[in-house]
Amino acid sequence: MNEVESLYQDIIVDHVKHPRRQGLRDGATVESHQLNPTCGDEITLQLVLDGDRIVDAAWTGRGCMVSQSSASILAEQLPGLTAAEAGERIESFRASMRSRGEIPVDEDLLGDAVALEGAAKFVARVKCAMLAWVAAEDALAKR
Amino acid sequence: MSGTATAEMLSAAELATIRADFPILAERVNGHELVYLDWGATAQRPRQVIDAEVDYVEHRNSAVHRGAHTLAAEATEEFEGARAKVAAFVGADEDEIVWTSNATEALNAVAYAIGNASAGRGGAAAARYRLGPGDEILATELEHHANLIPWQELAARTGATFRYVPVDDEGALRLDLLDGLLSARTRLFAFTHVSNVTGQVLPVAELTARAHAVGALVALDACQSAPHLPLDLHALGVDFAAFSGHKMLGPTGVGALYGRREHLTALPPFLTGGSMITTVTMEGAEFLPPPQRFEAGTQRVSQAIALGAAVDYLDAVGVDRIAAHEAALGRRLVEGLRAIDGVRILGPVGDGVERTGLAAIDVPGIHAHDLGQFLDSRGIAVRVGHHCAQPLHRRLGTTASTRASAYLATTPDEVDAYLAALPEAIEFFRRLA
Repeated sequence: MNEVESLYQDIIVDHVKHPRRQGLRDGATVESHQLNPTCGDEITLQLVLDGDRIVDAAWTGRGCMVSQSSASILAEQLPGLTAAEAGERIESFRASMRSRGEIPVDEDLLGDAVALEGAAKFVARVKCAMLAWVAAEDALAKR
Repeated sequence: MSGTATAEMLSAAELATIRADFPILAERVNGHELVYLDWGATAQRPRQVIDAEVDYVEHRNSAVHRGAHTLAAEATEEFEGARAKVAAFVGADEDEIVWTSNATEALNAVAYAIGNASAGRGGAAAARYRLGPGDEILATELEHHANLIPWQELAARTGATFRYVPVDDEGALRLDLLDGLLSARTRLFAFTHVSNVTGQVLPVAELTARAHAVGALVALDACQSAPHLPLDLHALGVDFAAFSGHKMLGPTGVGALYGRREHLTALPPFLTGGSMITTVTMEGAEFLPPPQRFEAGTQRVSQAIALGAAVDYLDAVGVDRIAAHEAALGRRLVEGLRAIDGVRILGPVGDGVERTGLAAIDVPGIHAHDLGQFLDSRGIAVRVGHHCAQPLHRRLGTTASTRASAYLATTPDEVDAYLAALPEAIEFFRRLA
């Protein structure tokens, strides 16, 4: 498997074909819109909060397979987490993405996001992978 | 363009000689020979340009326009010599060429000079440039952000109204609407010579004449024409033009503003400070004549000198021949792309459409970033994204496109390599989906 094939793994393709929690809804507690100015990719992420706990997440966006699958992967795992737990996952994912492949994605903590590990080797794609996670971080900061 | 119809394209032997001058073209990328098709974003540099800059730094580096020592005199002579070369290359006089960091800064220099005139700076001589409510600035929907945002901002600062000539569904400029948009209220018309997305060449002389007929000034984005087409700014009649060095075999960090002498002489400066004054008191300052009036602070000397060497290189090959070479590559590219299923070329491609050697495509269902990633794995470097033309992409129904752009060192084989890899990339992503 060459590097470009390793980037487009089955899990990523599955999330692109069957995006989880896609489509904005009424009643969100907080929301964040993030844009990657270099390519125009965008993600809007909504969270419904009960106190400090995320009870629902939804998103919409347009862009490359990396940014869109990453949003689906993240949205799927956010409900049920506290803000602190979500923050811990975002930080862990960011550390791996910025490591140029040195720090593997923590599969126990981040689940399907392990499939995005290949993006860390392509500096130009790290922003794509991070877009939804930055949106979540920004939305939580608006609590 | 004059000469392009008759000039011969570059022979295989000439191409081989040219390519040998570009050290980077020998690089291997991801296990493949580099196929560099991103010349429109930034051009690679021939050995002669690299050497000219190194030679200056090693032997004559010094502060220009000051100091009485030998090196300073040599540096000044070489710096001004580069200005003369660049001026001749674009059909301008030396004192009409202002060094800037890039084309963006050049266009901002015009916008801010007019803004300063609008605020009353420059006195009576600059009064005719003043903008205010009721005045209009016209641009086009094709523009690179560099020839768009400075005018939107100037309109916002002065109370003038910003308007634009739209494009049609294909991406061709709606010149049929120009009569309704140009009026006595139009004070400035900003447009590009060659679109950096569609490659279409606009009829600059005609548009300039129509703008002048209503009393409007013309600001031309020449970034994609100065490197690629024979350019005669005096003959075109534009009032201002901007281009960048790094797109025409020169270094980054240097570009130029062309302004007709009467304008540069009358307009107040944009950046102020050192090197652009005659007398300074604690109450105010008097400014040098152009071009120094618009060159505040330490200049990008080695870069300007290297740009002079780049112009020498282009002159030696012949810009008319480069244009003929690129036109042929552009046709090959467009014909090949039209034959690939699922590819939409942005911009008009019909017979008789004058275009340069670039083409941007949209492949519905496959994002440009993903396509570019696959091509990169084959050593093929293309540009993906909105190419600093968000409004045009939005109008054409996409956020990003994949652009291949050729130049004098591009071979037909490289175009073919791209045309061969593209269907593979499309197949790869279609299979995933």
